[in-house]
Amino acid sequence: MELQFTAEENAFRNEARDFFRSALPDAIRNRVQRGQHLAKEDIVAWQRILNKKGWATPMWPVELGGTGWDAVRYFIYKEEMTRANAPEPLGMNVHMVGPVIINFGTDEQKQFFLPKVQNLDIWFCQGFSEPGSGSDLASLKTSAVRDGDHYVINGQKIWTSGAHRADWMFGLFRTDPNAKKQRGISYILLDMKSAGVTVRPIITMDHGHTVNEVFFDNVRVPVKNLIGEENKGWSYAKFLLGNERVGIARVGFSAGRIAYAKAIAARTVVDGRPLAEHPRFREKMALIEVELKALEITNMMVVAGMKKSGPTQDPRTSVLKLKGTEIQQALCEILLEIAGPAALAHEHAFLEGSDELITAPEWNATAAPNYFRVRAATIYGGTSEVQRNVVAKGVLGL
Amino acid sequence: MDFDLSEEQRMLKESVDRLLEDRYSFEQRKTYTRAADGWSRELWKQYADLGLLGVPFSQDHGGFGGGPVETMILMEAFGKALVLEPYFATVILFGGAVKIAGSEAQKADLLPKVAEGKLLGAFAHSERDSRYDLADVKTTAKKDGTGWVLDGEKTVVIHGDCADKLVVSARVSGGQRDKDGLALFLVDAKAPGVTRKGYPTQDSLRAADITLKGVKVAASDVLGEPGKAYAAIEKIAQSAIQALSAEAVGGMQEMLDITVEYLKTRQQFGVPIGSFQALQHRAVDMLVATEQARSMAMFAAMMVDEKDAEERAKAISACKVHIGKSGRYVGQQSIQLHGGIGMTLEYKVGHYFIRSTMIEILFGDTDHHLAALARAGGLIPAGTTA
Repeated sequence: MELQFTAEENAFRNEARDFFRSALPDAIRNRVQRGQHLAKEDIVAWQRILNKKGWATPMWPVELGGTGWDAVRYFIYKEEMTRANAPEPLGMNVHMVGPVIINFGTDEQKQFFLPKVQNLDIWFCQGFSEPGSGSDLASLKTSAVRDGDHYVINGQKIWTSGAHRADWMFGLFRTDPNAKKQRGISYILLDMKSAGVTVRPIITMDHGHTVNEVFFDNVRVPVKNLIGEENKGWSYAKFLLGNERVGIARVGFSAGRIAYAKAIAARTVVDGRPLAEHPRFREKMALIEVELKALEITNMMVVAGMKKSGPTQDPRTSVLKLKGTEIQQALCEILLEIAGPAALAHEHAFLEGSDELITAPEWNATAAPNYFRVRAATIYGGTSEVQRNVVAKGVLGL
Repeated sequence: MDFDLSEEQRMLKESVDRLLEDRYSFEQRKTYTRAADGWSRELWKQYADLGLLGVPFSQDHGGFGGGPVETMILMEAFGKALVLEPYFATVILFGGAVKIAGSEAQKADLLPKVAEGKLLGAFAHSERDSRYDLADVKTTAKKDGTGWVLDGEKTVVIHGDCADKLVVSARVSGGQRDKDGLALFLVDAKAPGVTRKGYPTQDSLRAADITLKGVKVAASDVLGEPGKAYAAIEKIAQSAIQALSAEAVGGMQEMLDITVEYLKTRQQFGVPIGSFQALQHRAVDMLVATEQARSMAMFAAMMVDEKDAEERAKAISACKVHIGKSGRYVGQQSIQLHGGIGMTLEYKVGHYFIRSTMIEILFGDTDHHLAALARAGGLIPAGTTA
């Protein structure tokens, strides 16, 4: 065990810091820092800058565009990227569908999709949840019925993040209605431009448009878009969950929020002196920092383990999801508390990326909507309660 | 950076785990508490034979040449077994003080004796009024020819009752809470003017109150430069916290394991109580707290030798905050999930709860360290709003 960064690792940190500082467009940096929503073009532009540098998909196999970094370098990369207020590469592409295609896709699928997934020429969304299948995902009903060289898909997905921006969907569909729950599900990629696909926005409490309903009315999908074997889709989706949770800790992002919150608190006067000087505020903040530090080290250990033995059922991945989302929520609460009355005005245009403000200071204007929005963090990707069920059963054997 | 144990570290872990598995069942431990010292001299010799007593000392000083990771491995194992022997007092505190503040001659004289198991030590620092303020020392040291004379009273000196030698802090100048003016002295526990009142602590360990009346100390028994000892005292406390954190993690893991086992076997309403979701989720939260505490013990091991004193102090405080909170959570839940049996001394889980409660108090509790960390600005520097 060697718990210090080596000279090479520190040199790499400097390289990463310099790159993110110089390569990230100011407009994107500002939006991320202020908590504004990014336009699709922002995210695409940034991922292409990363890809040009060879850093869009660092943890993919080297021959498919990975960097060959070990877990420590990957951590330094993520830490410096978020510290620079850069958005992360699109998770659905990089962490979700990419690794599934790499591990279970055909050569043809790899050749066609992976470069486009990497360069964000194709934007993927995830079609998992359905109106009747939330925590009990395996009860999903949207069907894919074989018809010659095609599947015909009928049904509905819901809570589909970014479906309105997506070019393709990776989804779970029922291919065998008679098999037991998990056994009759297939993992299929489908073009969102296919005839019969309808996307309807769902507006959330922050008045933002992130999630959607997606309807399928006799959508024909070529069988060659099936990943792996028919009816084995559940196991591929499960393989993903570990990947999703490593990203879901969002340590660097939370660290950036803490730095920002402290800066805002330094210019927010309460009882005649900066809020940042009030011991109660400082202790509240320090406590979150302690929790985040613990999460950061857990995250490093999980990734170090995965790098050696591949995705595992490491119990700590559930810890990452549980604690990571709690911390994100705590930080949004603190940002709202700092803003106080400055959070009241509905600064919708600003939230959507405009520089125009009605009244609020730019650093307070997104506090309320981001607080509303982050309540979803303990609901998506497996609710905190489902995470606890999974750990109780799978790890503790209860 | 690499989280895997090296070959040597793995062997160290295996040897201590094997020894404790053979010799430290809950029943065996009970017999050790009944010995004159409240711990086993025979096991102490075995620790010495296995090289455990020299783990943090350099090979020149008869040690293993280990660092914070090796200490973490040992202390976690000791925490799991609720070890009674004075390893923390002798090796971590006394040995640590000599290592941190001592001259080469003092180290060469004392550390090999500690490593061989021939010298027991204690760190006589805390006083009745000092609470968690490391600078708060009333005991005085007055110049006496080339040497010094000590007067004062030290309280709750861990394993001070069995120690052969003490490291005593005293004030050579300044006011009661000044950081300037402190000094550390090596004092024979049987020296004229030293009286000790030994007693048991809540967690079945031992401590002593020690009175010093006109105790003469030779110039060669001063550790470091008189008047400038605060930095060393702080470093000793930080090493202590690093070690305690690992011990706490060992205890938390054990409380979790014992509790989960109980949930699987205890039947009520015709089913194992572990089938109830309310209890399952509580057990999972214990696991989360334990894993996070483990990460913080790892962080303490990373940072305890950090050169930047401010960063080091913040990191160690952060670790103690987490250990305090998570230890309290895991402990309280382990008792609650057991129900009545958890309350009894006959059953082992309560002993872990007690030890974990004492660890929270030692070297600064959660509130103390949270306030210190907050005053110092936290772990993450403020950014900008521009």
